[in-house]
Amino acid sequence: MTMPFYVAPEQVMKDRADYARKGIARGRSLAAVVYDAGILICAENPSSTLRKVSEIYDRIAFAGVGKYNEFDQLRIAGVRAADLKGYAYSREDVDARSLANQYASILGQVFTHEMKPMEVEILVAEVGRERAGDRLFHILYDGTVMDEDDFTVLGGEAEAINTRLEEAWSDDVDLAGALQAAVAALAGPDRTLTTGDLEAAVLERTDARRAFRRLEDDEVAALLT
Amino acid sequence: MFSPTDDPGPNFAELLRRVGLQPPTPATTLEGVLTITHGTTVVAVRYADGVVMAGDRRATSGNLISHRAIEKVFPADRHSGVAIAGAAGPAMDMVKLFQLQLEHYEKVEASALSLEGKANQLSAMVRNHLPAAMQGLAVVPLFAGFDLARGSGRLFQYDVTGGRYEETNYASTGSGSLHASTVIKLGFGEAMTRETTLDLAIKALFMAADEDSATGGPDLVRGIYPTMATITEEGFTRVEEAEVAERFGELVGAMTRREAEQANLVAETTSDHGGLQA
Repeated sequence: MTMPFYVAPEQVMKDRADYARKGIARGRSLAAVVYDAGILICAENPSSTLRKVSEIYDRIAFAGVGKYNEFDQLRIAGVRAADLKGYAYSREDVDARSLANQYASILGQVFTHEMKPMEVEILVAEVGRERAGDRLFHILYDGTVMDEDDFTVLGGEAEAINTRLEEAWSDDVDLAGALQAAVAALAGPDRTLTTGDLEAAVLERTDARRAFRRLEDDEVAALLT
Repeated sequence: MFSPTDDPGPNFAELLRRVGLQPPTPATTLEGVLTITHGTTVVAVRYADGVVMAGDRRATSGNLISHRAIEKVFPADRHSGVAIAGAAGPAMDMVKLFQLQLEHYEKVEASALSLEGKANQLSAMVRNHLPAAMQGLAVVPLFAGFDLARGSGRLFQYDVTGGRYEETNYASTGSGSLHASTVIKLGFGEAMTRETTLDLAIKALFMAADEDSATGGPDLVRGIYPTMATITEEGFTRVEEAEVAERFGELVGAMTRREAEQANLVAETTSDHGGLQA
């Protein structure tokens, strides 16, 4: 009988984390920015059909970076959980915090128990009736949840982009300002991103039931000029 | 999360079945044991820009009026609407589930169902409801929408078995539908304006309420008027209650004048007659 090699748990976790981080770093990044009338989510995404940003519920949006099939599975799980909860209780009872916790437990479970961790980082955003009700939950591949206030960046180069965004962001920024800041931060000093490279959507602070709206290419172009 | 081979896809009703939230079907007939609340007359009429949908506000339990202000016309999604007649409880639940189903599909698949697909979906829901219908809980909806691919309004009528019948000009369901559809049949014209169509639907509901005790007329005392909505390229829009009230006022005024004239005429002829005899 052969004995399995002993590997320290610290080493196992570190290897998995490195594996997940490498997978995430291969993809492009994404930024979510709170502006005066809602939340903007802007991703670098050359595809116009495979989406990174999408609607989960009336005031809740989802965004993911990393491996497409994995975060898309999580997106659908989120839509299901939200719609089921809204059906069983009431539409008002569906909130981002509980959804973020569910995502965290799924990701944490997969990270420790499955062969391979999910190579994704996801964002659950909820726009409130007031600015104080806005929520940004940034969830990592191992189930770590971070509750952000004004903006957050997901993806491989998150730190550098975050620093650039911090300089450009201000408390009373409007949609055009937020989009310009996000695009400049995503692009960095050496590149320029055009509308074809971008995917943008907003959660608008309106009285309408569904707050999620995609920004079409011509609207993005108009806001960027 | 489901495994890829076992995934319910964008089907919300199937998802409900999987998690055990499906409403149960009564095992025996409820007729005679309980009085079921029923909703009544709803109509849909095609016009130049799309479809007008309208429904009265009364719900009855046997001979009693159980609600005076029930809603029977609902948006199904941005470009379609659904109106219900039949057992009010299951009907409301069906509408709620139908709305969710369309939205769920749209979110999961990242594109909306075609109008045809939505009509078929509702047909499947009515068919699944057949066992409950056999126990006395029949629900018969109307579905109408603006078909963006064709650029015109379309309407669909159903029967309890889930049979789906597309109508070209108008459709009606519920206890007063016979009277309502006769009025629309006589007044219908090709490419009517929004105003003419609203007036026609109002007249149809008024006449249905005049003949059918389960259909509610305009309640001038409490200010309750039928629910009306238009579905056009811009989407589903509820007609403001003030406008419905004004249009009803015109109809009631015209009918009151006509009745008065007829009464005068009768009085004149009888007095003439009397004069001849004298």
